[in-house]
Amino acid sequence: MNSSSFQKFSPTKQYIVSILSVLIVSVGCYFLSDLIGYRVVALILLVTVSLIALFFDIKPVLLSAILSAVLWDFFFIPQKFTLAISSAEDLLMFMMYFIIALVHAVLTIKIRKMEKKASQKEEKENTLKLYSTLFNSLSHELKTPISTIIGAADNLHTMSDKLSEHNKYELVSEISKASLQLDRQVGNLLNMSRLESGFIKPKNDWFDVNELIYDVLNNLKDNVSEKPVHVAVKENLPLFKLDYGLLYQVLHNLIHNAATNIPKYSVITVRAFCNYNRLVIVVEDTGYGFPEDEIERVFEKFYRLKSSKTGGTGLGLSISKGFIESMGGTIKLENMPEGGAIFTIEIPSELSYINIGIKT
Amino acid sequence: MKKSDILVIDDEPQIRKLLEITLKTNDFDVIEAATAKEGLLKAKNNFPDLILLDLGLPDESGHEVLKKLREWYTKPVIILSVQSGEEDIIKALENGANDYLVKPFRTGELIARIRSSLRGSLKGIISYEGAKNELEIDLNLRIVKKNNELIKLTATEYDLLALFVKNEGRVLTHQYLLREIWGPGYLNQSQYLRVFIAQLRKKIETEPNQPEYILTESRVGYRFIAKINL
Repeated sequence: MNSSSFQKFSPTKQYIVSILSVLIVSVGCYFLSDLIGYRVVALILLVTVSLIALFFDIKPVLLSAILSAVLWDFFFIPQKFTLAISSAEDLLMFMMYFIIALVHAVLTIKIRKMEKKASQKEEKENTLKLYSTLFNSLSHELKTPISTIIGAADNLHTMSDKLSEHNKYELVSEISKASLQLDRQVGNLLNMSRLESGFIKPKNDWFDVNELIYDVLNNLKDNVSEKPVHVAVKENLPLFKLDYGLLYQVLHNLIHNAATNIPKYSVITVRAFCNYNRLVIVVEDTGYGFPEDEIERVFEKFYRLKSSKTGGTGLGLSISKGFIESMGGTIKLENMPEGGAIFTIEIPSELSYINIGIKT
Repeated sequence: MKKSDILVIDDEPQIRKLLEITLKTNDFDVIEAATAKEGLLKAKNNFPDLILLDLGLPDESGHEVLKKLREWYTKPVIILSVQSGEEDIIKALENGANDYLVKPFRTGELIARIRSSLRGSLKGIISYEGAKNELEIDLNLRIVKKNNELIKLTATEYDLLALFVKNEGRVLTHQYLLREIWGPGYLNQSQYLRVFIAQLRKKIETEPNQPEYILTESRVGYRFIAKINL
């Protein structure tokens, strides 16, 4: 059983539940006391206190220990309805009951504390592991373009007279490519930190899905030139009221990802349609798809495919997921049966049909 | 012809150097200022033809500088800003900036923006030669021709197009367009704008989805861009 869900009980609730359970068990035992004898009742009450100790804080547990001891003494030990205990044996039992109940309470709570500490330690270790992954991929992703820029600039600076025009041109192209890569990675990091700090508040406004998709494609022209992108947007789609900028970045990410990772002669298709009050955008490709055992993990922060050769910080998809979720939507990845990956975005949205057949 | 002089107000020496080289290579004279104070002073003393203003200055925010400039300076101001979100850009455009560029920007883009900002407002009959189709607009007779054929525009569509043409090369914010065409009561009715942009594109563009005249400026607004046929 999951104890943390019980610990979410407020202190008052914990007291009430503790007292009630001791009372209910006592009443039950009271009716059965002729059958089972008062010493067995002590054991039953002890079990009750132990169960309470499993889930609740120390104070309600102590209270139930004391309460149950008193109840046992008052209602069950011979010479019922007095607190007096006549036989030495019963007195001993009463004291033992009391001590066992208390020790039990304290012990279970100690164990719980240790468990909590252990899980905190584990969490810390996970964070450390995450950071080292981050440093590894980041230092690689940032240092590579930086080295390229420094090296190429250095060459141009110091050996300008020895370099052929063609070499110079190549070096300058390398600088330009590397700086764009750097810009992209820094942009990713900034987006990630915006997400982490809860800074992303969608600013919803009316937009045209066609315009969005072509805006993204237009911007990606140089990256996707070799791989054709088909657009299949349903006719007469209404306008949606969502954050254009966030959607833009998500689509940019997905299409850029697909274009850089699929083999030559593969095709990317972007579809959009309206499903009840939801905008659905699908980005699919005819590439290799994702390894089945990694599909669940690709949206994790800093996760990179084991086979990944193209680099990347492993941030793009987790940012995309964060952006879509900030608008109340979902994003999922599947492999198509005939090969290729298919990303499906679904976001609930206000709709406006004003664009269909308006004349002024 | 006298060279146009451009005042660069930016606190980063590297950026100033880059701008200086870029602008001088393109036949502009350059005046530099590293702080808001220095910038305002040099603007007053030199009355440059155009000002490039960085929003992140050390002594005063670029927005404040823009406000002070706009009390008397009537020539174009182009905002330079780091990737910080559209609010900044929209705010600057609403406060009288003519255009904006987000750092890092392509220098070719910078020169194009400067040239179109320096060009005065267009009048009379203007014809554009796009890669896909020609466009001719007669602002006096309110006539629009695509590939020499008259096209029918509704009054609102025409007003929208004329506004774009008069501000050729400049980004017009959603708010500005809604206010100018529909009036101040329509600032929240951006769905009208989307609809009319789509309709206008269908009429004047060859491929409405890949427009060459009315370009989308993500989250900020639209920009009408065209090569003028003289």
